[in-house]
Amino acid sequence: MSDTHHEDVQSHVKTYIKVFVALAVGTLVTVLASNLHLGIILGIIVALLIATVKGSLVAGFFMHLVAERKVIYWVLVLTAVFVVAMAGLIMFSRADQQGRQQGIFAVPAGRVQVPHEEKPTNGHTE
Amino acid sequence: MGNDGLVEWFFRKEIGSMTEAHHYEEHHEEHGHELPFWRKYIFSTDHKVIGIQYGLTSLVFLFFGFCLMMLMRWQLAFPGKPLPIGFLSSWLGDARMPGGIMAPEFYNQLGAMHGTIMIFLGVVPLAVGAFGNYLVPLQVGAQDMAFPKLNMSSYWVYFIGGVVMLCSFFVPGGSAQSGWTSYPPLSDITPQSHSLFTGQTMWLTGMVFLITSSLLGSINTITTIIQLRAKGLTWMRLPFFVWAQLVTGFLLLLAFPPLEAAGVMQLMDRMAGTSFFLPSGLVVGGKALNVSGGGSALLWQHLFWFLAHPEVYVLILPAMGIVGEVIANNTRKPLWGYKSLVYSVIFLGFMSFIVWAHHMFLTGMGTSINAFFQTTTMIISVPSIVILTALILSLWGGSIRFNVPMLFALAFLPMFGIGGLTGLPLGLASADIHLHDTYYVIGHFHYVVAPGTLFALFAGIYYWFPKASGRQMNETLGKIHFWGSLVCMNGIFMPMFIQGMAGVSRRLYDGGTSYLHAQNVLVFNKGMSYSAWALAVFQLVFIVNFFWSIFAGRKVTSDNPWESTTLEWATPTPPPHGNFLKIPEVFRGPYEYSVPGAKRDFLPQNQPQEA
Amino acid sequence: MSGAIEIPYNSTERPDTGLYNAKLGVWLFLASEVMLFGALFSTYVLLRTGSETWEHGAEFLNVPLATINTLVLIISSVTMVMSWASLKMNNFGKYKLYMGLTILCGVGFLVIKSFEYAHKFETGLFPSTSTFMALYFTMTGLHGLHVIGGMIVNSYLWGPGSKMWKTDPQRFTNRIEVAGLYWHFVDLVWIFLFPTLYLLPGK
Repeated sequence: MSDTHHEDVQSHVKTYIKVFVALAVGTLVTVLASNLHLGIILGIIVALLIATVKGSLVAGFFMHLVAERKVIYWVLVLTAVFVVAMAGLIMFSRADQQGRQQGIFAVPAGRVQVPHEEKPTNGHTE
Repeated sequence: MGNDGLVEWFFRKEIGSMTEAHHYEEHHEEHGHELPFWRKYIFSTDHKVIGIQYGLTSLVFLFFGFCLMMLMRWQLAFPGKPLPIGFLSSWLGDARMPGGIMAPEFYNQLGAMHGTIMIFLGVVPLAVGAFGNYLVPLQVGAQDMAFPKLNMSSYWVYFIGGVVMLCSFFVPGGSAQSGWTSYPPLSDITPQSHSLFTGQTMWLTGMVFLITSSLLGSINTITTIIQLRAKGLTWMRLPFFVWAQLVTGFLLLLAFPPLEAAGVMQLMDRMAGTSFFLPSGLVVGGKALNVSGGGSALLWQHLFWFLAHPEVYVLILPAMGIVGEVIANNTRKPLWGYKSLVYSVIFLGFMSFIVWAHHMFLTGMGTSINAFFQTTTMIISVPSIVILTALILSLWGGSIRFNVPMLFALAFLPMFGIGGLTGLPLGLASADIHLHDTYYVIGHFHYVVAPGTLFALFAGIYYWFPKASGRQMNETLGKIHFWGSLVCMNGIFMPMFIQGMAGVSRRLYDGGTSYLHAQNVLVFNKGMSYSAWALAVFQLVFIVNFFWSIFAGRKVTSDNPWESTTLEWATPTPPPHGNFLKIPEVFRGPYEYSVPGAKRDFLPQNQPQEA
Repeated sequence: MSGAIEIPYNSTERPDTGLYNAKLGVWLFLASEVMLFGALFSTYVLLRTGSETWEHGAEFLNVPLATINTLVLIISSVTMVMSWASLKMNNFGKYKLYMGLTILCGVGFLVIKSFEYAHKFETGLFPSTSTFMALYFTMTGLHGLHVIGGMIVNSYLWGPGSKMWKTDPQRFTNRIEVAGLYWHFVDLVWIFLFPTLYLLPGK
């Protein structure tokens, strides 16, 4: 971009290093958090939250979105709206399903069998 | 002379502006190098050459898809009777036509491939790849698309996808045969094989190529329109055709990837034995399927229709754009409601992403989600109607010239009206209970695509042929083509509404003969088939006219024979590499016809203000 | 007549949009990629919520290796942006160094991935084993293909493509920026893939 001069780029470099450190820390934190066995809902929320923060750092600073042009923002906003609509409406249509309750199958689906000692509650069926 | 591309070689240069073009060529001879034949005409990066490549290829595919349909219509008119064309039956062989009688599996192959080829290899490449590529850079005053090499790749990727699709007919088991919609579980297991060389797997592979081609093309179109508009060409001075192509670009860009994802997943199901779309407990042919299960057949439908609904707007938007251009030019007045056209097409594009499950009303979705999609579907009909109304109102008070392009553009209006109106009961969940998956649906969408989009594309071909070739197509043959096609298309598709309302399902290889409720309406099948075969004859008139005119058509005496205002007419004929002798600057809107006080009844966009 | 046409705004920005062509082009491409991976993540959500049980990836997937892979990609993102910054600061030598490191990191990622895959197959875990494994292989596989694609582009820009620095340095710098945007996106997808597949609890 023509508006970045030598000194600006130098200060950007400092930012990149800081972001890198944050990303590395975030990675370790998310792995440690997963070892805490926070339960399903909290576990998902924590993992996705950390991922969102990391992703935002990459998008904002490495991909320079913090200072991008309006056209790009609008394209991305439009895309985000459609992803949310796609995922949301598909989930909504599954939730609003008529007929048999979901999740109860006459034949259970194949799953990976992990050999381990009796663990309390992991949602495994026989 | 004649350094500048395919257009010169195929089409004779017109005489009128040759002096200007000569200067241009002499100027270029000093700078340019003679490109070898294969760089100029085969692997060209010039958007006009690529546009013509797309055009010719897609017309061939349209013809092929048409032939598939003509075969189907024999079976529908004379179910179980041997085809009276002996050499064709024997060439097709005993697997497809045992004793000359169409096997049900072959009927299904014809059905699935007719739809696939017409949509993905025919209409969209013609409307977007051909017309879009050729005209968008010209109409925005640019020298080429933003990414010429990418443009070339998107054509060749399309070509490869088409070849893969065609080859799928020749593998054991034949081509895809689970509908153009490829619903699992049937599509996952037909046939049960991990091999790449089965029809359905090749269909999926072909689709990956076609989707890639579309994506690359849409990136090019959008970037060109945003970045390469000439000086003075503000957003509200863009021809409606360009707006239509811009919205279409976004539809292709954002709606295709979920189908690509679904296609990859179906490939995994077929080749790697996964169960993305296979629920647990499936039994096939009396045997339990040896897969993990846990998948969802509806997941495919959601991802497929997430694309396929915007896809139908991809089919219609460029057509509306063409009709707008032809109507403005042949009424000698501006389009009525330009702003409403622009805002409607943008709103339409946006809404098209959130209506898809109206194709899934009968899949067991609950009443709330059905109501949601029914509502958005009803809302989306509004901008459609606004656009149609604006185009119709544009005729009021016009000095109408009834040339061949205008005839096709005029017929588009009521035909698209019928297509659109018959969509309404389908969009209402309760009425759809009766009409879903019947011939009513087939009638509806064919009205929109055949006497709808295809008519608009014909209008475009007759209209822009002189610019691309320097010659006019024959007017009499054009009128024969027009009237014959109009009558025959109505003959094929109007009775479908009656059959559909009587309950005749689609995709029945015997056309409904085995169903009691169909007996009264079977009588239409013969007439529909005769209309289809007669339609072929009228297309032959077009094909003869097209190729004859390239070599011996009446030469135009001006760069702007239709006396139009938009920038594509401000080039030499045919336009050389780089398009404009001098980069245009735009001073006014796209449809300044019959401006009071002006010397002529049209003011080209790039003509400076009169003193 | 190649080269006779000059497409404007390849090196400099168009004033009213503030963009050069390739930047708009690559962001449009990334928008489509968001839809692609978005559809796959939606599939994960749908299949998981529709299931009675769901695997806890950490129990049989190699979390330490995948953590290393995550760090490898993050490092490659830094080296990628540094290669662009080096060009902005007119240092072609540093550009070659950083881009070379980026490519090496990509190689490292793929090597580790192939170890993971091989081990899965050895222990009898295939895409057909369950919908979780199907998603694992499909999502990481498609991501892996994107890594390969990015590496091919980066290798070209490191090698033969780097000649453009001499003839049109601004346009070349833009190309690196654009390649970087793609590469960062590939990193971004992995930032979400890693916890989703390896860390999320089962049910």
